[in-house]
Amino acid sequence: MAVDLEKLEQLLTNKLREKFGDAIRDVSEYRGELSVDVDREVVLDVCRMLKDDPDFQFDHLSYVSCADWSAQGKTPRYTVYWDLYSVPRTHRVRVRAAVPEEDPTVSSVTSIWRSANFMEREAFDMFGVIFQGHPDLRRILMPDDWEGHPLRKDFPLGGVKSFYFKRATDPGAGEPPDLIPRIRRQESDI
Amino acid sequence: MATRVVEHNYSNIESMTLNMGPQHPSTHGVLRVILELDGETVTKCTPVLGYLHRAKEKHAEFKTYHQFIPYTDRMDYLSPMSNNTAFVMTVEKALEIEVTDRCRYLRTLLCELARMSAHLLAVGTGALELGAMTVFMWGFTQREKIYDIFEFISGARFTVSYMRAGGVAREDYPEWRRRVREFLDGYMNTQEEMEAMLNENEIFLQRMIGIGKITGQDALNFGLTGPSLRGSGIDWDIRRDTPYLAYEEADWEVAYETEGDCYARFLVRMREMRESWRICCQMLDKLEKHSHERMNIDNPKVIFPPKDNVKKSMEDLIHHFLLASEGFKVPSGEVYHSIEAPKGELGFHLIADGGPKAYRLGVRSPSFVNLGALEHMCVGELLADVVAIIASLDPVMGEVDR
Repeated sequence: MAVDLEKLEQLLTNKLREKFGDAIRDVSEYRGELSVDVDREVVLDVCRMLKDDPDFQFDHLSYVSCADWSAQGKTPRYTVYWDLYSVPRTHRVRVRAAVPEEDPTVSSVTSIWRSANFMEREAFDMFGVIFQGHPDLRRILMPDDWEGHPLRKDFPLGGVKSFYFKRATDPGAGEPPDLIPRIRRQESDI
Repeated sequence: MATRVVEHNYSNIESMTLNMGPQHPSTHGVLRVILELDGETVTKCTPVLGYLHRAKEKHAEFKTYHQFIPYTDRMDYLSPMSNNTAFVMTVEKALEIEVTDRCRYLRTLLCELARMSAHLLAVGTGALELGAMTVFMWGFTQREKIYDIFEFISGARFTVSYMRAGGVAREDYPEWRRRVREFLDGYMNTQEEMEAMLNENEIFLQRMIGIGKITGQDALNFGLTGPSLRGSGIDWDIRRDTPYLAYEEADWEVAYETEGDCYARFLVRMREMRESWRICCQMLDKLEKHSHERMNIDNPKVIFPPKDNVKKSMEDLIHHFLLASEGFKVPSGEVYHSIEAPKGELGFHLIADGGPKAYRLGVRSPSFVNLGALEHMCVGELLADVVAIIASLDPVMGEVDR
């Protein structure tokens, strides 16, 4: 069941541009995958259309996550992406939206696909991007009292402080463990 | 000693909060579930994750692509072959590499063996939690043989780190193929015994039928994939619908059930093992036929040269050194590739920046997303059934927390 990529690209461009105009920045193809870059304000409406339109029927949300471009010095700092799949039509598309550092918010798609619940919580936990309209936006993998967002590029691999040595009598309490400078060196090597 | 008498007034207690896990034996690792109970009925169920979080996605940004392969073993540690394959196929997609036929057949064979091993554990522990120990033991006897097969080809039983971008670490050999054949010949016996033991076992059925029901639409909406989705009547299998490796060339069927309860998910796993066995037999035949062909691609910039040549040839030594110290560079771009792992859709989202390390590697792990439906399935069920529902979703915490 091969998918006609060119046809899908045409359809996506025409239908989305017709409804959302310039809010659809770009429709591109790379390695046989289609990506749609949109303004973050229209993400929810674009996703709803992609799910409901009989030509698209993207009824399965594969993956939601985020990338932090600060190591490359790009602005806006974050890109949130949604990987969608259609079970009846067996095609895929990726929706991407740029999210600025000053106001890291984007609409939650939990009202369309409930699978977004956990994945948006993870993206929030790891990057600090806030998904507006999410029913229960809490940390999911890190402890509730964790400070910082680990997958941001300015978060060091070894962590910023020792999490486990909390009592004053514990070895290493009060001073950062040796581990951290070593890993910071590695980070600067890149 | 004075006896202290405590009087309880139970009449105004409306609900009870019960903490299950993270060290509960039936949570398949370190899953913690906070349950609110009204009598014995679950009214609320909140999974608490993160007890096995090892920041693999962060590590991926600091390791070359080769160095990250062992990390993928430790995600779904019950099927490292599938994880390896999913990761290297993502890298191959970004590099635009096509692997050889022989390599495709070998990978398919190993992925299906991994699926059989993972399902044997899922079915075995699922039955163990409901009180049936025998099937667990039978399943583990067969899994032991699969691990021997993995050991004979990769050198490790559990964390194999066997796949490489562009090929595999070591070639298969006649003695290994003979061992696989021997295992496949003897396997169906156990499968039939297990089916006879469980499929119509009255106690087992009472605990499974009608428990943890989820409709097909809900299952899709919650992002369930793999056997958990196919148990609800959605006929979607990545192996058939967006074929990869050599699944198109094999003769097999997608197993699915329509009931959407724990028993349906159990049956899907049982039937999938049969289908996996069929695929394995066909792949082994193909492998025999292609055994004289080349295994790895002919691209010294990506694939390690054979170790013997490194000792004799200067070029191979240089390539080996560069690959081990620097790694290969992947052109900048964004790719997503997913395969049908034993638990469901295992996808890697790779953003490469042209260097030897991933700029961002996101892992779409099936167990993590599947757990999102746990609350929906548990509410309204009895406390004892929560164990059966968790077992039928078959989460592996190494993959949930990553």
